[in-house]
Amino acid sequence: MANNNSSPNYLRALTVGLWEENPTFRLLIGLCPPLAVTTAVKPALTMGLSVIFVLVCSNIVVSLMRNLLKPHLRIIMFTLAIAVFVTIADLYLRAFQPVMSEILGPYVPLIIVNCIIIFRAEACASRSNIWVSTLDGIGTGIGFTGALCVLAGIREILATGKFFDIQIMPQSFVPCAGMQMPVGAFVTLGLILAFFALMTAKKR
Amino acid sequence: MDKMYVLLMGFLSVVIVNNFVFTRFLGTCPYIGVSGRIDTAFGMGLAVTFVTTLSGVLTWLIDFYILKPFGLEITNYICYIVVIAGAVQLVEMYVRKFFPSLYDSFGIFLPLISTNCVILGVCLLINVFWLTDNLPEAAVLSAGAGIGFTLAICIMAGIREDLDLADVPQSLKGAPITLITAGLLTLAFMGFAGMIKQ
Repeated sequence: MANNNSSPNYLRALTVGLWEENPTFRLLIGLCPPLAVTTAVKPALTMGLSVIFVLVCSNIVVSLMRNLLKPHLRIIMFTLAIAVFVTIADLYLRAFQPVMSEILGPYVPLIIVNCIIIFRAEACASRSNIWVSTLDGIGTGIGFTGALCVLAGIREILATGKFFDIQIMPQSFVPCAGMQMPVGAFVTLGLILAFFALMTAKKR
Repeated sequence: MDKMYVLLMGFLSVVIVNNFVFTRFLGTCPYIGVSGRIDTAFGMGLAVTFVTTLSGVLTWLIDFYILKPFGLEITNYICYIVVIAGAVQLVEMYVRKFFPSLYDSFGIFLPLISTNCVILGVCLLINVFWLTDNLPEAAVLSAGAGIGFTLAICIMAGIREDLDLADVPQSLKGAPITLITAGLLTLAFMGFAGMIKQ
């Protein structure tokens, strides 16, 4: 992505993170949140929105300072910029969403070391202009949030019979408690990946 | 004697019962990504253990003697990440200068682990969420977290080496079967849950 951007390039920056480079399903990076906070859709959505906020802000900042970066200090500058925005997001959640903040616990500050954000800073924001970086942040963030919500939806429906706290399964449905335990997270993600692999193989 | 007992129980708890990988999903990226062979997995585990112990103790000291007395807790995430990055850099320089052979075997993992969730997770848990109030406890818990990670990643690497020879369905090959194996491992480790009373 050089600096001679035409309009298709902007569109591509927005859409590349949705599926083609979806961080959770395609690249398998930043796996802690998709496994840890997907017991229900609500915390997953909160987590996704926090990640979108941090990703967009840090992409903008990194893109603005991309010409000042020294190679050996690059990663630490990225992490510092990310840490500032994560602190903002964490304080916001603690003040206005105390219940969600309690449920998410250490996973909000752990966004700092989430590989997705550093990867996007390194791969896109440090070498393209501010608009492309912003769109890339939004696209990747939405792709990540979508993946979280798919996982959380499956796990919440199977574990409690509810979706977004609304009962949707019939009364005769037997909840499967294992889906709420760590084993449910790993197996669900594994089976989803296998499903995608099967679909891709069939298409060929 | 009583204190020793508490420390020992804390250590066992963080290594086996509340293993960071199996119950908190911390460090899942290297757990899935670098667990292909036992020797690299072990090298990664050693490097992580070293850095968690170092940065756990350092962040506890900074938190207890600087941030809390002066009411600077708002900057704690930034302080932790600087300490971790500094510790990783220091370890890398030291190992490269004095142990070149060791550097060749696990030096490549060192830049990677500054963004390992286990390390920041340890710093956050001992300082913010568990509010550890003495140094030995902080040191034992952070070393235990690293050892627990090493244990998890080595078990995984052992299973995956055998899995290479197994006949896995085409669509499950690679990441999916690894994740399902990880799920079964967490199930096995849940058996330890009743071992220590909280």
